[in-house]
Amino acid sequence: MLPLFAALVAASTAVLIFAGGLVTSTGSGLSVPDWPNTYGWFMWAFPLNKMVGGIFYEHLHRLVASTVGFLIVVLAIWLWRAEPRAWVRRLGYVALGAVITQGILGGITVLWYLPDAVSIAHASLAQIVFCLTTTIALVTSGGWKRAYRQLPTPNSQLPRDRTLERIAVVATVVIYTQIVIGATMRHTGAGLAIPDFPLAFGHLVPPYWDAKIAIHFAHRVGAATVTLLILATAGHVFYHHGRRAELRRPAMLLLLLLALQITLGALTVLSQKQFIINSLHVVNGALVLVTSLVLTLRVHRARFADAGSAAPAGSAASFAQRNPAYVPAGSRGARA
Amino acid sequence: MTRFLPAACAAALLIAACGGGTNQNQNQPAPAPAAAPAPTGIDAATAGTVTGKVTFTGTAPAPQPIKLSSDPYCEKANPSLATETAVVGSDGAIGNVFVYVKDGLGDRTFAAPSAPVVLDQKGCHYTPHVLGIQVGQPLQIVNSDDTLHNVHGLPKSNREFNQGQPIQGMKMTHTFSTKEVMIPFKCDVHGWMNAWIGVLDHPFYAVTSTDGTFSLKGLPPGTYTIEAWHEKLGTQTQTVTIGEKETKDVAFTFKA
Repeated sequence: MLPLFAALVAASTAVLIFAGGLVTSTGSGLSVPDWPNTYGWFMWAFPLNKMVGGIFYEHLHRLVASTVGFLIVVLAIWLWRAEPRAWVRRLGYVALGAVITQGILGGITVLWYLPDAVSIAHASLAQIVFCLTTTIALVTSGGWKRAYRQLPTPNSQLPRDRTLERIAVVATVVIYTQIVIGATMRHTGAGLAIPDFPLAFGHLVPPYWDAKIAIHFAHRVGAATVTLLILATAGHVFYHHGRRAELRRPAMLLLLLLALQITLGALTVLSQKQFIINSLHVVNGALVLVTSLVLTLRVHRARFADAGSAAPAGSAASFAQRNPAYVPAGSRGARA
Repeated sequence: MTRFLPAACAAALLIAACGGGTNQNQNQPAPAPAAAPAPTGIDAATAGTVTGKVTFTGTAPAPQPIKLSSDPYCEKANPSLATETAVVGSDGAIGNVFVYVKDGLGDRTFAAPSAPVVLDQKGCHYTPHVLGIQVGQPLQIVNSDDTLHNVHGLPKSNREFNQGQPIQGMKMTHTFSTKEVMIPFKCDVHGWMNAWIGVLDHPFYAVTSTDGTFSLKGLPPGTYTIEAWHEKLGTQTQTVTIGEKETKDVAFTFKA
C-alpha cells in the first residue's frame, strides 16, 4: 500500500503544480487578498458559489495545496512508522519540511503582493517538492527494492556506467536550472519579451537587449542545452543499455516529454500566453524534470542499499549478491 | 530527526487549518462631506480659470465587449459591459482624460478636503474609470455588487494595497501620502476591471467627460504647465499664462 500511496502523492504534486501554473497564467495570484483565510472564511468553508473569476484559480490552488500538504504529512508519518531504511524516512521528513516551507512562501507572496524573488522561490521549491515525492514513490516501489534484478539479461553489463551516471546527473541539474530560469521569466513578466518563435525579433540572437529579453533568451538557450543533454542521455541509454527496460522506458518518456515541452513552449509564445497552454508548459516541464530524476536515480541504483537485503550496507555488495553477472567497477560508498 | 516529526506534522496541519471564520467586513461609515479648506496664498478675487477641450483625431478604437462568463453575477448585472479605454464623443471629443496643473504653483500648499472621493464597483466595473484626489483626502471604495471584488492599488510612490470586499455594500477608506500621476487600480477577481487615480497635492485637476471639456478654476495669476493624460494615448503638455480674473482656453489633440 505504501508504494501506491507514495505514487498517489507524487501524482497529486503534479496536479498541484498545474493548479499553481493556472494561477500565474491567469494573473489570479492576488484575487484572494488574505491568507491563510479566503476573504475571511476558513479555507475549507469558503462557499463554492463564490469561487468566481480569479478566485476560482487561486482558491482552487490553495485547496489542492492543502490536500497535497495533508497527503505528505500522512506519507511522512507512514514512512516514519513503516519504512526500514533511515534515509528514506529522512526523505519523508525533508518532503514534509519542504511542503510546509512551500505553503508559507505561497502565503508570503500573496501578503507581500507577489514580489518576484518570493514568487520565483515558491515556483522553484515546488519542483523540489515534486522531486522529493517522486523520489519517495520510486524508492518505495517494488522495482527499486528488487533492484530491477529480473530485468537485465545474464550477459548485461550491469550498473556503474560512469559516463551515463555523469550525463544523467548533469541533465537533471540543468533541467532544474532551466525551470528556475523559466519561473524567473514568468514572474518578471518576460514571457513575451521576445514575441516571435523560433527566431528572436527575426534574428537568431536578439538585436535589442534589456533585462526581460535577456531572461527570455536565457530560457531559450536553456531549452537548447536541455535538448542536447536529454538527447545525449537517451541516446546513451538506447545504445548501451537498450535491454534494460528500467532505463529505456524513462529515456523514451523523456524524449516524448521533451518534444511536447518544446511544442508547448513555442505555442505559449505564439498564442500570446494562452493560459491553458502556458500552464501545461509549466507542469510538463516538471514532468521532464522528474522523469530525468527517475532515470538518474535508476542509473545510480547500485549506490543504494537494497531494502531487506541480506548484504550489509553497501550497495555494490548487495547488488552483486542479487546479480552474479555484476562486477563492481568502483568502490563508492553506498547509502545505508 | 524522528522526534521532530510530530511537531512538524502539527505545524503543517496548523498552517492548513489556521484562520478564523470571520468575514473581512470593513463596513465603515462614510465621513461626513465637508467643504474643501481654502488654499493658502491665493486671492479668490484675482483667481482665473483654464478651460479647454480634449479631442482625438484618427480612428477611435471601438469599445470591445467584455467576456463576463467567469462570474455569473457580472454576466447578469451588466451584460453589455464594454472596454472604457477610449470614450469618444461627437467631433472627436474624448472622455476619461485627466487634466491637471503639473507645474507653476510654486510653494503654495493646499489642505486636503475631508470630503471623500468615491470609487464604486458597480456592474462589475469601476465608476468612475478615471478620477483625481488630493494627498490625504479620503478615497472611499464601495462594493455595490452582489459579488466579491478585491481592490488592488498599484502605485509606485505610494504604498501598494490589496483589500477584499466580499459582501455587497462594503466600504473601505484609503488615503495617499504623496502625489502620483497616475495610480492604476485593478480587481484581480475580474481581470477586465481597472481604474486610474491621479493623486495631487493641489486641487487643480479635472477629468473630461464625453464632450471632452475640462475646467480648472481658482488658479492664481501665473504661468502653468498643464498636462493631459490618457491611459492609452499618453500625455501632452502645454504652457499657459493667465492674468487676474482671466480665463484662458487650452486645446489638446491626441492622435491615434
